[in-house]
Amino acid sequence: MTYSFDFSWIGEYLPVLLKGVGITVELILVGAFFGVALGTLCAWIRALGPLWLRPVVGAYVEMIRNTPFLIQLFFIFFGLPSLGFRMSELQAANLAMIVNLGAYSCEIIRAGIQATPRGQFEAGASLAMSPIQTFWHVVLIPSLQRIWPALSSQIVIVMLGSAAVSQIAAEDLTFAANFIQSRNFRAFEAYLVSTVIYLFLAIVLRQLLRGAGALLFAKRRAAQ
Amino acid sequence: MKRRQFIALAASSFALLAAGPALADALANIESTKTIRVAVPQDFPPFGSVGSDMKPVGYDVDMANLIGEKLGVKVELVPVTSANRIPYLQTNKVDLVISSLGKNPDREKVIDFTDAYAPFFNGVFGPDDVTAAKAEDLAGKSVGVTRGAVEDLELTKIAPATTDIKRYEDNNGTISAFLSGQVDLVATGNVVAAAILARNPPKKPEIKFLIKNSPCSIGLNKNEPALLEKVNTIIADARKSGELNAIAQKWLGADLPAEF
Repeated sequence: MTYSFDFSWIGEYLPVLLKGVGITVELILVGAFFGVALGTLCAWIRALGPLWLRPVVGAYVEMIRNTPFLIQLFFIFFGLPSLGFRMSELQAANLAMIVNLGAYSCEIIRAGIQATPRGQFEAGASLAMSPIQTFWHVVLIPSLQRIWPALSSQIVIVMLGSAAVSQIAAEDLTFAANFIQSRNFRAFEAYLVSTVIYLFLAIVLRQLLRGAGALLFAKRRAAQ
Repeated sequence: MKRRQFIALAASSFALLAAGPALADALANIESTKTIRVAVPQDFPPFGSVGSDMKPVGYDVDMANLIGEKLGVKVELVPVTSANRIPYLQTNKVDLVISSLGKNPDREKVIDFTDAYAPFFNGVFGPDDVTAAKAEDLAGKSVGVTRGAVEDLELTKIAPATTDIKRYEDNNGTISAFLSGQVDLVATGNVVAAAILARNPPKKPEIKFLIKNSPCSIGLNKNEPALLEKVNTIIADARKSGELNAIAQKWLGADLPAEF
């Protein structure tokens, strides 16, 4: 290999990279939190909610899961302003990630809920728990524990998918890499650095999710 | 033929050949064959592209036809690419290159240029209600550009720190951002602005100020003073008579700038 690496630009472009990392982290934190919250709500509706609402949520889930993320992003950022909903590229990126993760996590969480034996609901009711208490303690938490690895993977996938938001000029990590290589033409190095940072972020995120899982399900495990 | 005559003839024709186009008078040649051969682009709208009837159309094609008409000769269009347009001229396959060619010192070493016939510039464009006469006026405004383009590099240098420069992946992203109101202004080429205008949008991109100006000239071989002068006269007359402005209106959707 005769390619000579040149990383001397890192100092000059460090602020751009750091800003990119910051925005990617912000996107994934907001996206994961609200996305999973939306997914939980939708899963409850699809599995146990009012009958008339189920097809509505079903349509939303199918629509998002069967269209490309990039198109959803363009629709929100370039399309919605025609209807009067104009938002900044960061708001659009956040919204697209929440809506996207919401649909995927809905199906994952619903699988967990539907795997809950009928008897557990009745057990909760017979202990005089309210329906909300029953749902939270008896249904949701055990369900989440069952599907936690799948949900963690989906969150990581959405984080990696966030690279697409550079297309609407949101200045995330991918934007930073594109920006740098358009200025110094060191494409190999710029993408190498961004790849390493993504890998690092993904590993940290997986560890965080594992930790969160351990915390969330600790009591249950102790009781078992 | 006597032997001495033959040698003299052969020698003189060899001398003519060796001197190549330097001695040939392209204008005389055009007038005697009643044909002018013009290199035009076929992949660079609105300057030159292939129309629905498979014939080349565009600003450059209209310009070629205008020159042919003024010279009273038939126009033979030769489609070229931006890479081979100058070699076509140098190897005498065409008399003129009307192919959105910008003047620069490297090119001027090998060919001659006429006066400019088409405006070609990068600038900041925006709707009527936004005022920005110079780079300083961009403070606090958002400007869309295509990442890595000349406009991006120049604007990054000259815009005040409070300017929000939004960099999109390609021209379509930049256009969409402007049309959907995600940015106040766009920095782009006049050709791209013309493409936006062609869609007749509610927000019309009007030129605010120039970033870089490199108008198109017609290229011809060196040492063709007669042809150069003739074409320059045709361009000057066409500017005066409004014929050139009509071509600009047709293909770029805007009047010719006062100077370009």
